[in-house]
Amino acid sequence: MGAHTHSHDHSHGADDLAASIKSYLVGFVLSVVLTAIPFWAVMTHHFEQSTTLAIVVVTALVQILVHLKYFLHLDFSKEGKINTFSFLFTALIIVMVVGLSVWIILEANALMM
Amino acid sequence: MSFLGKLSLDAIPYHEPIIMVTLAVVAVIGLYVAALITKHKKWGVLWHDWLTSVDHKRLGIMYIVLAFIMLIRGFSDAIMMRTQQALATNGAAGYLPPEHYDQIFTAHGVIMIIFMAMPFMIGLMNLVLPLQIGARDVAFPFLNNLSFWLTASGAVLINISLGLGEFARTGWVAYPPLSELAYSPGVGVDYYIWALQISGIGTTLTGVNFIATVLKMRAPGMKLMQMPIFTWTCTWANILIVASFPILTAVLALLTLDRYMGFHFFTNDGGGNAMMYINLFWAWGHPEVYILILPAFGIFSDVISTFTSKRLFGYSSMVWASGAISILGFIVWLHHFFTMGSSANVNAFFGVMTMVIAVPTGVKLFNWLFTIYRGRLRLTVPVLWTLGFMVTFTIGGMTGVLLAVPGADYVLHNSLFLIAHFHNTIIGGAVFGYLAGFAYWFPKATGFHLNERLGKASFWCWQIGFYVAFMPLYVLGFMGMTRRINHIDNPAWNMWIYIAAVGACIIMVGIILQFVQLYVSIRDRDQNRDTTGDPWNGHTLEWSTASPPQFYNFAKLPQVSDIDAFTDAKEKGTAYQRLKHYQPIHMPKNTPSGILMALGITAAGFAAIWHILWLAIVGMVGAFIVFLFRAYNNDVDYYVQPDEVARIENAHLNNVVRG
Repeated sequence: MGAHTHSHDHSHGADDLAASIKSYLVGFVLSVVLTAIPFWAVMTHHFEQSTTLAIVVVTALVQILVHLKYFLHLDFSKEGKINTFSFLFTALIIVMVVGLSVWIILEANALMM
Repeated sequence: MSFLGKLSLDAIPYHEPIIMVTLAVVAVIGLYVAALITKHKKWGVLWHDWLTSVDHKRLGIMYIVLAFIMLIRGFSDAIMMRTQQALATNGAAGYLPPEHYDQIFTAHGVIMIIFMAMPFMIGLMNLVLPLQIGARDVAFPFLNNLSFWLTASGAVLINISLGLGEFARTGWVAYPPLSELAYSPGVGVDYYIWALQISGIGTTLTGVNFIATVLKMRAPGMKLMQMPIFTWTCTWANILIVASFPILTAVLALLTLDRYMGFHFFTNDGGGNAMMYINLFWAWGHPEVYILILPAFGIFSDVISTFTSKRLFGYSSMVWASGAISILGFIVWLHHFFTMGSSANVNAFFGVMTMVIAVPTGVKLFNWLFTIYRGRLRLTVPVLWTLGFMVTFTIGGMTGVLLAVPGADYVLHNSLFLIAHFHNTIIGGAVFGYLAGFAYWFPKATGFHLNERLGKASFWCWQIGFYVAFMPLYVLGFMGMTRRINHIDNPAWNMWIYIAAVGACIIMVGIILQFVQLYVSIRDRDQNRDTTGDPWNGHTLEWSTASPPQFYNFAKLPQVSDIDAFTDAKEKGTAYQRLKHYQPIHMPKNTPSGILMALGITAAGFAAIWHILWLAIVGMVGAFIVFLFRAYNNDVDYYVQPDEVARIENAHLNNVVRG
């Protein structure tokens, strides 16, 4: 019984490890692709400047999501939910505090010019 | 720079008789207490059972003791301000010269918020929260001890400023450019910075600790939406602590760089912008007032549902209203400085957001009213505080919504109307809540009841004194009187100033009665024992333990399947079960590391204030060495053996049967 449980745990751990390695590899490949696209767009001057800028911003944002999912393993599973919500809450607070602060100071500055 | 930096014998204010007499009285009381401890041979008990304790219940009691001590100091400042203004009418100068008066109103604000209200709130949370979720301690007991000592460290620094040097003369918000070196060259602002910085880090650690505790250590079966409402409101407050206190830490660090290293974050020259300090200070400061009030809301909820013997009306709306308040509390901070002159759009946005907060708060008020509806409310002391709160806080809330109108705020900004408003919400909300919680959980913490008659007398003095002291300030605000005035030159204000001074004296009687109540209750404790552990027929798990609770809280972790877990157990007949066998209980050992680390950090803070480089290094290195010893010490826990658990449990259960 003991031996059986042990071997079960072992294979389970190996599964986890394989899944984890796979997740990192997928994340890595996606990140490389998402980094290569803006590099290519900038270096070849294939698009207009505004389009290039849009490509850089969009691929950067997508890459953030890739990092969150494949490297930080944020998801909405039962165990992962709490981390995801902590992250979202923190992001919300930072966006609010930094965003509103910038707005407040810029508007005050504009009136003083 | 000399060996003692800026420190010399001139730093002692010999020429201020008020301060010297105060110091003498404090010294006499200190010697008397020390003599008492020596006489009863209690130094060992004090050290081993209290100062080095990692038990959340003892830390809670120590926080509350700290809060009461600082209440005396903060209230002394208040009564001095009121009497100074009452004496300094019609061209008289009063007895407090401006440079002393300015320190007093600054110290009053800092002490009451940071060293009275915060320790009181965190003390009640320490005492009750782990018991309510059926845990044996917090997630990180040593960290909890360290948090307490960091808070105490800040309190020590602010008290040293009384007898050595000066305190800030800037008001409790310490706005630059006034708080910059150019305009405040003394050590006052440095005392302010380091007292807040050190205690603020302690508070942040507390927030982290208690969030981990509720997420990881709830009793088996207890879902998040089954936590008692006090635990929930504390959890929201802790989330706010973790999200907002780092802003205070950062803004104080920036001000420190300005003052110590010649930076220009908030100066008038070199591209600094003082408004950024004000902006960041309130980005912390506004969530901070919700950190104070939310746990008080939780206390009122628990008190109302216990003393009506009913389930709380609208449990989940209460949880989500608290959540809404927490998030909205983060996007209203500009209402503290509408007059800075940002655009109308900015002011309108923050004005509307501020008014919106009244909605979830109103939801809570109706929940309490509906809980009382058709219940049998027992008019005990905690209930009196709760009813007083419901009336007083509603008035404070309404004047708050009035101030949220930017146009009205331009008229009332920095007037006594504002002072009346925030005392209306902080005293009528937070302080009444903590005193309700104090009376409610006192038998749980100590094992005996507070004297009911004195408690009621104290409540009425506070309640009546509050209205007499603060309603005149609303009137004065409309008459154009601004805050922080040293002497009065408008005869029309005199009568209202006199009335307010009388009100402050009535509150003083209330505070004195509070201490008399404590004295009488301790003296008569044998007649007023709570032997059952459940004196109020409570709903939540803290009442399932003995009074005072067993040091391990629960011999067997309770199985929870209802919001009112203890009521549920009593109805099912599973409460007070006598087990045949107990398991060994894993407990943390007490440690002097927390107090020793805080000692080093206090020394470093003191050294930073007086620019004593060597002492700052010694203090920090000392604290770090203690930390290393603690980190590499593996002898930090032990097991309580089943026979000892059985002995304690049987003694408690026998008491319950007899009671």
